[in-house]
Amino acid sequence: MEGETGVLESLDLPEDVALRLMELGFLPGAVIEAGKTAPGGDPRVFRVDGSEIALRRETAINLLLKSSR
Amino acid sequence: MSPPPPETAALQDLSTPIPLPEAAGATVALVGPPNCGKSTLFNRLTGLRQKTANFPGVTVERHHGVVRLSSGRELELLDLPGTYSLTPRSEDERITDDLLRGKMPEVCVPDAVLLVLDSTNLGRNLVMAAPMLALEKPILIVLNMADELRRRGGEVDPEALSERLGAPVVLVSAAKGEGLEGIHEFLESTFKSPAPVELPVLQSPPSCRQWAGQVAAESAYRAPVAPVWTQRLDGVFLHTWLGPLAFGAVVVAVFQTIFYAAIPFMDGVEWLVTGSGEWLQGAMPDSILKDLLIQGVWGGVGSVLVFLPQILLLFLFIGVLEDSGYLARAALIADRTMAKVGLQGKSFIPLLSAYACAVPAIMATRTIENKRDRLATILIAPFMTCAARLPVYTLVIAAFLPNRPVLGPFLGTRAAALLSLYVLGFLAALVTARVLKSTILKSDRTPFVLELPPYRWPTFESLVLRLLDRSKVFLRRAGTVIMSVAVGLWILASLPVVDGVAPAIEESLAGTLGRTIEPVIEPLGFDWKIGVGLVTSLAAREVIVGTLGTLHGIEGDESSLGLQEALRQDLTVGGAVALLVFFAFAMQCMSTVAMVRRETGGWKVPILQFTYMGLLAYAGAYLANRLVTFFI
Repeated sequence: MEGETGVLESLDLPEDVALRLMELGFLPGAVIEAGKTAPGGDPRVFRVDGSEIALRRETAINLLLKSSR
Repeated sequence: MSPPPPETAALQDLSTPIPLPEAAGATVALVGPPNCGKSTLFNRLTGLRQKTANFPGVTVERHHGVVRLSSGRELELLDLPGTYSLTPRSEDERITDDLLRGKMPEVCVPDAVLLVLDSTNLGRNLVMAAPMLALEKPILIVLNMADELRRRGGEVDPEALSERLGAPVVLVSAAKGEGLEGIHEFLESTFKSPAPVELPVLQSPPSCRQWAGQVAAESAYRAPVAPVWTQRLDGVFLHTWLGPLAFGAVVVAVFQTIFYAAIPFMDGVEWLVTGSGEWLQGAMPDSILKDLLIQGVWGGVGSVLVFLPQILLLFLFIGVLEDSGYLARAALIADRTMAKVGLQGKSFIPLLSAYACAVPAIMATRTIENKRDRLATILIAPFMTCAARLPVYTLVIAAFLPNRPVLGPFLGTRAAALLSLYVLGFLAALVTARVLKSTILKSDRTPFVLELPPYRWPTFESLVLRLLDRSKVFLRRAGTVIMSVAVGLWILASLPVVDGVAPAIEESLAGTLGRTIEPVIEPLGFDWKIGVGLVTSLAAREVIVGTLGTLHGIEGDESSLGLQEALRQDLTVGGAVALLVFFAFAMQCMSTVAMVRRETGGWKVPILQFTYMGLLAYAGAYLANRLVTFFI
């Protein structure tokens, strides 16, 4: 939900997709904060490594987090 | 900015031949991630001395321009597509990589590189520096957005960064024009390759990111605080219900602009074209040449020029939306709906603009980075009911449908018929998109990734340059094609000349052509006159109205009662409905064909599209004629 944060543990995605997301800052160990969503709840904005990046649920669901709180 | 020590430079001399910048045509490439302000810097450095073309064989646009240095020397500046890395995965990255490594023989190898980075997020942006330094090309690292960094309380020491990277670093604000002298200084200098420094393992993003973080920390980088205004504005624009409301307002504003605000300007252009044509008519002695010039060239160019105000206003809108950062939010809001037909949020604005004219819509698909989604958007855009279909619809509906109220005073039968034609085109687009996206243009695994840049004020300069660039592209490409088609059609309509007299249109080649295709179009309920209209309307849809007027010897536009009466003699009710369906589906527009060719870099896509839409139009019209004739 909005405002929640987590530490990224791994990306359960095909290698090329994972690499693309890593270039944008979705690296294992990075802190990710969930932001606002489009109406209907999808896609959602994520704050990561100083920028805001929107992902669809189908992609975001494969980012495995360890809960930081 | 300190030049590297002479020893290291000498060392580099052995490995990399240093090109002489004095040589004519020294080329410098502008490289950087998306949203780093690269285009703004490009505009700052080149001003009006810029051109737009595509990279050979691909759909990626290439901007290049001339930088005039204070010494009087001129350099070619090449703006490469925005990329996050040099790993050649997407088309943009492959082009950037090939070009920098000299693997693109058609374009000359850059002698030096300006790497533009967003200084407000240096940690992530510096990742890009590693593969660039590994190229061992002369490089200047340009830290852009200095004003924003300062305002939000961040700082960086360019000297320390330069030392750490072994290459010169300048801190600039392209939007404000600050610090550009540092770039000019680099461009004036004899290009030197960077001093060798320790680089991370390029294949490993975590290693690169760690390196970048370390370099930033050693350069006294303090990240700025989060942009407060962006968060406040997103509180509104991405609000649960205020967001869609604002989105709706933007959509209505775009619509109003292209449909209503553009009209006086379009009338103005038309007045100028007609006026100058009439002046020419009086000033020239009667001859075949005069007819060609006035009816062929003037008529043809005029029919294109009229759309220019609409196109400019649309691009002004898109420019403001894009530069301010709202376009990314709009794409986010529209994404879910567009995903239902297999497209994505970024296709929304181009498709909306296609309701005015498919030509600017196809130009606007540039904002879609995913090539397959972009191609699918280009392929369905001409189904949207554009302004040029309106005169045809109005004429046929008025001729065959008496106006009676359907929903009280709000909606009459004619308006309802018009509305259903809009829906018909929209449905054809949806179905086509669905089919394309589940077959030949099935999305590769590239996920939908949308970076939301902070909100920024659009600069006047960048908007003006964008408009100038778009109008040049439009006039040159669409203008030349539509002019040659118009001249071609004029020739068809004026030959064969008998006893020095141009033939009546039914005796002309166009008339013969109409008669020749009559057997083919007869099952649709069309006679040869409609056939001639279909031929001439290949130039632009609304031309059929004028042609039918000429064929019946009636001067008038789509509201002419005489023309409506004449049309009722040409067509049965079935044929009339078939004609409407035909115009809803067919790609009767040479400007669009020309623009698709330009944007897709070849004839394959426009030919495929023209054939597909033509077949659909034929089948649809046939079915409509049969059904209506059967039921009435």
